[in-house]
Amino acid sequence: MSEPREITYAQAVREALRQAMQRDPQVFLLGEDIGVYGGAFGVTDGLLDEFGSERVRDTPLSEAVIAGTAIGAAVTGMRPVAEIQFMDFITLAMEQLVLQAAKMRYMFGGKARVPMVLRTPAGSGTGAAAQHSESLEAWFVHVPGLKVVMPSTPYDAKGLLLAAIADDNPVIFIEHKLLYKTKGFVPEEYYTLPLATSEIKRKGKDLTLIATSVLVARALEAATQLAQEGIEIEIIDPRTLKPLDTAAMIQSVCKTGKALVVHEAPMTGGFGGEIVAQLCASEAFDFLDAPIRRLAGLDVPIPYNRELEKRAVPQVADIVREARALVRGEY
Amino acid sequence: MREKIPPLETLHQMYYYMALSRAIDTRLWQLGRQGKAHFVITPAGHEAAQVGAAMALRQGYDYFVPYYRDMTMCLAAGMTARDMLLHVRGAPEDPSSGGRQMFGHFSRRDLNIVSGSSSVGSQMLHAVGLALAFRNRGEDRVTLTGFGEGATSEGDWHEAMNFAAIHQLRVIFFCENNGYAISVPAHLEIGRVGVADKAAAYGMPGIRVDGNDILAVYETVSAAHAQTRAGGGPILIEAMTYRLLPHSNADDDSKYRASEEVQAARARDPITQFSTWLKDQQLMSDAEQQTMDARITQEVDAATEYAYSRPEPTEELLYQHVYAPGRTA
Ligand SMILES: Cc1ncc(C[n+]2csc(CCOP(=O)(O)OP(=O)(O)O)c2C)c(N)n1
Ligand SMILES: [Mg+2]
Repeated sequence: MSEPREITYAQAVREALRQAMQRDPQVFLLGEDIGVYGGAFGVTDGLLDEFGSERVRDTPLSEAVIAGTAIGAAVTGMRPVAEIQFMDFITLAMEQLVLQAAKMRYMFGGKARVPMVLRTPAGSGTGAAAQHSESLEAWFVHVPGLKVVMPSTPYDAKGLLLAAIADDNPVIFIEHKLLYKTKGFVPEEYYTLPLATSEIKRKGKDLTLIATSVLVARALEAATQLAQEGIEIEIIDPRTLKPLDTAAMIQSVCKTGKALVVHEAPMTGGFGGEIVAQLCASEAFDFLDAPIRRLAGLDVPIPYNRELEKRAVPQVADIVREARALVRGEY
Repeated sequence: MREKIPPLETLHQMYYYMALSRAIDTRLWQLGRQGKAHFVITPAGHEAAQVGAAMALRQGYDYFVPYYRDMTMCLAAGMTARDMLLHVRGAPEDPSSGGRQMFGHFSRRDLNIVSGSSSVGSQMLHAVGLALAFRNRGEDRVTLTGFGEGATSEGDWHEAMNFAAIHQLRVIFFCENNGYAISVPAHLEIGRVGVADKAAAYGMPGIRVDGNDILAVYETVSAAHAQTRAGGGPILIEAMTYRLLPHSNADDDSKYRASEEVQAARARDPITQFSTWLKDQQLMSDAEQQTMDARITQEVDAATEYAYSRPEPTEELLYQHVYAPGRTA
């Protein structure tokens, strides 16, 4: 193995796309502005030059075309990696994803496979208001037949994307706009990470904090602050929401007796509810010495104003406050 | 140039709206560079098409369902420099969204301007719904919806066209074809025929017009307005135009179009083209133009000063208007 270099999350995604395309001629990309433009967030920069327009296809402005034709190509054995420019606009591809991609194999009695990946940037924090900032992961987790991945680091982004492309099922791969420029160590060679393993990001004895996507980094920052007060938080990143690896979080809660679940999407109906339910239904229940708490986005559309936008989703200070209160029994 | 020339007052108004739009446009990009406007998206290059279209409607009676590039259309429909500056500033007083939306989502209830969505294409269905409601209520209001050629790749556009045609609703579909959907050129987004040609498939007239020629657009939309109002069914107009600036302040257009192409389009700037023609025809004097330009500068300065002296929204904005408070019936 070569020495990992520090690269950005966007570069890690691009490297995964490039390596997948180099290894397998069945892999191709499609989406809006992914060609000469390199994607709205620069993720596919340079890939058109390298692979040509047959494998890096700029589509018309149609999310149904992107998702639907990816499905069609996938059932022939190709491995399309589709991009939806903003997760908000995945709403225009819901029928294709929910009724078609997810169910085709089942309804064809196992005769078909749909090995496609749909990548899309989610989340707020760019000042783009309510129709460019959605975090809709919970919708897809709710659909049998789909896998849902939500990487929080460049290393995970590359390994999980390569695994998603190699997987024979439709995978919704949710990136975060604020993560694209964040850096981390990533091996240069091809590697995959299993699509069902969570990761313990930090060890601690006082509280188990389960966070997803951009909230993982914020939780780590909060944990550093709390450590100065003598509070040690254990942080777990599920990385893949479906299938969900619950083993590490259950074990952790058995140890700490307390759990806080943190995500950006609005609280009501959010994925955090599923994690809480899984913990409550497990052996961890007997070890709980406080109610399990959730910290999530407010149940409101994301506003345009930059300060209010921050107010609408959990920030480091919010995590510090909630975690401290839970550890001290002040809830 | 043409036989039927609108009255002098109308011509001057046309110039005024185009020049006002360009002046606001310039200010918005400045504010963007200064870090005072977070998101900027403007109509530079589309002014002739938008003013020509808006002025053909009955203000305060007909309805506008614009898209994000239709600032000039909204000005010609009665919005002001102040409205635009409040909108870009995200001030609670912003009449378009109360400081909740990115720039480019224009609306004013009293002017019958209905806000578009950030998702390209969805407003056209709303326009058809408005027209349906007006028909049900026995009103002869006409609804004009604006959109780019890129939006015609969305299913929503075809579905809106189909439904409007089935029920012969009073809708003008006003396409501003600037040749690009962000970076994707027209031949990769709308295929081998023009947008106007697709109208035939829905059994409605499809008319292509030079979107740089304000009088041609005005005539075309006026005729379409008369026809659809009289019950002739929906009409599609494709105004051929060009976007002179990047898609938005987040865009780098040098990645996908040659600077020669942009320069050539600048040389055909619809505003200069119109003012030159007005002067050649002795329909506007230098002094008249200067008076209007001075008034515009003053309006844009005053609007900027006003908008940027307004308070930022407070936390209560977050929770307000998520739901309507009660029941009307
Ligand atoms: C449903 C949807 N998909 C993608 C986008 C991103 N996007 C915003 S504007 C745009 C291009 C629109 O082109 P066109 O309709 O021709 O209008 P123009 O900007 O050229 O005036 C794209 C792809 C979006 N806002 N909504
Ligand atoms: Mg366009």
